[in-house]
Amino acid sequence: MHMATTLTINGETKSFDAPPEMPLLWVLRDILGMTGTKFGCGIAQCGACTVHVDGKAVRSCVLPVSAVENRAITTIEAVGNTPSGAKVQKAWLEAEVIQCGYCQSGQIMSAAALLASTPKPDDSDIDAAMAGNICRCGTYVRIREAIKQAANGRQS
Amino acid sequence: MNAHNNVSRRALLTGGLATGFLLAFHLPLRAAVNEPVQPEDKTDGKFAPNAFIRIDPEGATTLVMPQVEMGQGIYTAISMILAEELDADWSKVQLLHAPANEKLYGNPIFIIQATGGSTSVRAFWKPLREAGASARAMLVQAAAAQWGVDPASCTTSKGEVTHKASGRTVSYGALAAAAAGQTPPKTPALKDPKDFVYIGQPFKRLDTPDKVNGKAVYGIDAIVPDMKFATLAQCPVFGGKVGKVDDRAAKKIPGVRKIVVLDDLVAVVGDHMWAAKKGLDALDIEWNEGPNAKINSKAIWDDLRAASAKDGVVAKSTGDIAKGLASGENFEASFELPFLAHATMEPLNATVHCKPDSCEIWTGTQIMARVQSEAAKAAGLPVEKVIVNNHLLGGGFGRKLEPDMVVAAVRIAKQVDGPVKVVWTREEDIQHDVYRPVYRDTIAASLSGGKIVGWKYKITGAAIIARWLPPAFQKGIDIDAIDSATDVPYEIPNVHVEYVRAEPPAIPTGFWRGVGPNNNVFAVECFIDELARKAGKDPVEFRRGMLANQPRFLSVLNLAAEKANWGQPLPARVGRGVCLQPSFGSFIATVVEAEVDEQGEINLRRATSVVDTGIAVNPDTIVAQVEGGLIFGLTAALYGEITIEKGRVQQSNFNDYRMLRINQTPKIEVHVVKSGEAPGGIGETGTTAGPPALRNAIYAATGVALRRLPIDRKLLAAGRKA
Repeated sequence: MHMATTLTINGETKSFDAPPEMPLLWVLRDILGMTGTKFGCGIAQCGACTVHVDGKAVRSCVLPVSAVENRAITTIEAVGNTPSGAKVQKAWLEAEVIQCGYCQSGQIMSAAALLASTPKPDDSDIDAAMAGNICRCGTYVRIREAIKQAANGRQS
Repeated sequence: MNAHNNVSRRALLTGGLATGFLLAFHLPLRAAVNEPVQPEDKTDGKFAPNAFIRIDPEGATTLVMPQVEMGQGIYTAISMILAEELDADWSKVQLLHAPANEKLYGNPIFIIQATGGSTSVRAFWKPLREAGASARAMLVQAAAAQWGVDPASCTTSKGEVTHKASGRTVSYGALAAAAAGQTPPKTPALKDPKDFVYIGQPFKRLDTPDKVNGKAVYGIDAIVPDMKFATLAQCPVFGGKVGKVDDRAAKKIPGVRKIVVLDDLVAVVGDHMWAAKKGLDALDIEWNEGPNAKINSKAIWDDLRAASAKDGVVAKSTGDIAKGLASGENFEASFELPFLAHATMEPLNATVHCKPDSCEIWTGTQIMARVQSEAAKAAGLPVEKVIVNNHLLGGGFGRKLEPDMVVAAVRIAKQVDGPVKVVWTREEDIQHDVYRPVYRDTIAASLSGGKIVGWKYKITGAAIIARWLPPAFQKGIDIDAIDSATDVPYEIPNVHVEYVRAEPPAIPTGFWRGVGPNNNVFAVECFIDELARKAGKDPVEFRRGMLANQPRFLSVLNLAAEKANWGQPLPARVGRGVCLQPSFGSFIATVVEAEVDEQGEINLRRATSVVDTGIAVNPDTIVAQVEGGLIFGLTAALYGEITIEKGRVQQSNFNDYRMLRINQTPKIEVHVVKSGEAPGGIGETGTTAGPPALRNAIYAATGVALRRLPIDRKLLAAGRKA
């Protein structure tokens, strides 16, 4: 048996039973039914599982739940409530970034964290923040464009 | 096949209906709980003239999607085609994913219900236009009858019929019941393309809004009440079987509920994926590896090379090849391409609930009906007892043209009480793919007066078609394997093309984005560059000289050269490479500009594609597909290779099966040429274009003529003799 774990996710308190080493990804998806955060590789190589912990982009597939108690977790379902998340979502649709979309939860979380810390990122800032997120459909050109649009608040 | 003609209303769907732009991705006889709530859909009282269109009295216009959405934007393109001829009100359009029904939704090119081969728009262009036009005609007839006027005096626009002379207008919704009683026209009049109001406009995609906020539901996301979670291990050696399984440690892991041992796989069922994964790791499995444990890449290549020395089946022969080769200076080369995995971002999965008399499946597949029939076999049930709920696909690329992940899940689910979601780890996904086969192409060509006068080309590789679509495998020719080899754009007087079928032992092979043309366009375009150099000509100039009677090819080539600054000076070890391809019914020229550093590492600087795909239904989607396709192809050229040792795949995850990332992505420009020709395919074209254009750029930058992928950096280091 394990102890009940309590997390703060998107501003809500959630309590559940899970082994302390269980990655946050599977808690979100399989215990809490929050399927917007995606499984891609399980070894922090692809970024599909990216969430925010205290505003920073982290890979939830290798993040034990025991490490995030008492910290603020934000997922794709609520990132639109943050100013940078809302900007990124809007820019993503304006630039029509998305193809299959499976990696895009993670891309958007990484981009939102980038803009929150670096409001006017240059190309190398974008490379550094986004190189951990693989997109198999190859939407990188539009991701770069959308981040710049979001940063500049450009209306299309 | 005329899918629109053999429609019975009774056969129409009894599934869900989304509201607004919410998409109902499947027939929710039982929806997963996390999917949009969908009111029950009945065709009673609706105008449902064919398999694709239903209009209710309020005017809600439901379009049924015969092809699946895996990122290529097809839901939007199909909707635009139907809405165009129907003159539907775009704001009232809502989508429904087609159920498994080969008769109604079979792809007219494949006959079976499949999405692939860049065929969707090509195959459905005419049937969808006719379906829309026929429905529109029936609505007009109904309005004209009500008003007692000549149908020809009525016009339609945005979901309304208007009779201008009398100033009357009626909505499609109000006509739904009356239109249902009309006789469809025998040959519905199609619009003149100059009158298109939707087609050709850059429309926003219908599927993307829910993809920015986590609401979109892929197969892997389906939540069925009381389901368990499972993950599986198949024998690492292809074809191997389970020997002994010691599950004592696994059973002690909290959350592990059941160990399922089948003859060729083991699965652990748990309360969540983590328990299942930990349980699987804790199993001690002894495999009976069988005879394939001796297979390795070296032996596979030796066999392929030996096979390619044999004569093949003649796929094309024009002119006199012996005379052609004898009448100029001869050059020969061979090109080799590796096994590739698909690595869709959404790992393979299927959720299955098997009961004694029925089986329900939630997944994302490119082959609805085949999944249904294969699942029925695995479940031991009649086909009609199997319900497949299709979803958005987190990438397909051909991997989901196979039913194996669903069949495995059904076999596991048969051992489980209640529903179970089976998710493959990425390692399992990479090591048990259905791989793009290895290919070897040999070419002999002769040059005379700066032109190619003889071209003898031989493809050696697996016949995927023979397994996947047996009726299409005729006279020993795999029509996919020879695609883009028998229709090279260049005017060459003596051409001879042969195909040697060579199946690699035990390694399953299947379609991979770009299919046959990936192989042939690479070999052809690389060798054309080598011949240009032998002829002392610029690669673009050399190609132009053979395109006098190919205006569409010539025009994209010229524009690509112009847009890419072809011929402008470049720094040392930077080159431009061109690729011209006839594949998928589109005419595309691509220029890649790349730098090769002193160590032989590649820096992609720029890619430019000019696309003549005929009528571009949704031009922004065309651009996006080519952009993404180029990345997919360049990824393969730079990194893609699956190797086999002791019967096992040596790669396992994105650390050793690498993907191109944003920091390596070049600037990409895609120019779409205006055309009134019938639409071509687009989803795979960029993938086909990227590798040869990059290889030719490297050839220009270094003088090294690479003849094998992925690119071997060791051959490109500075100081190495070209």
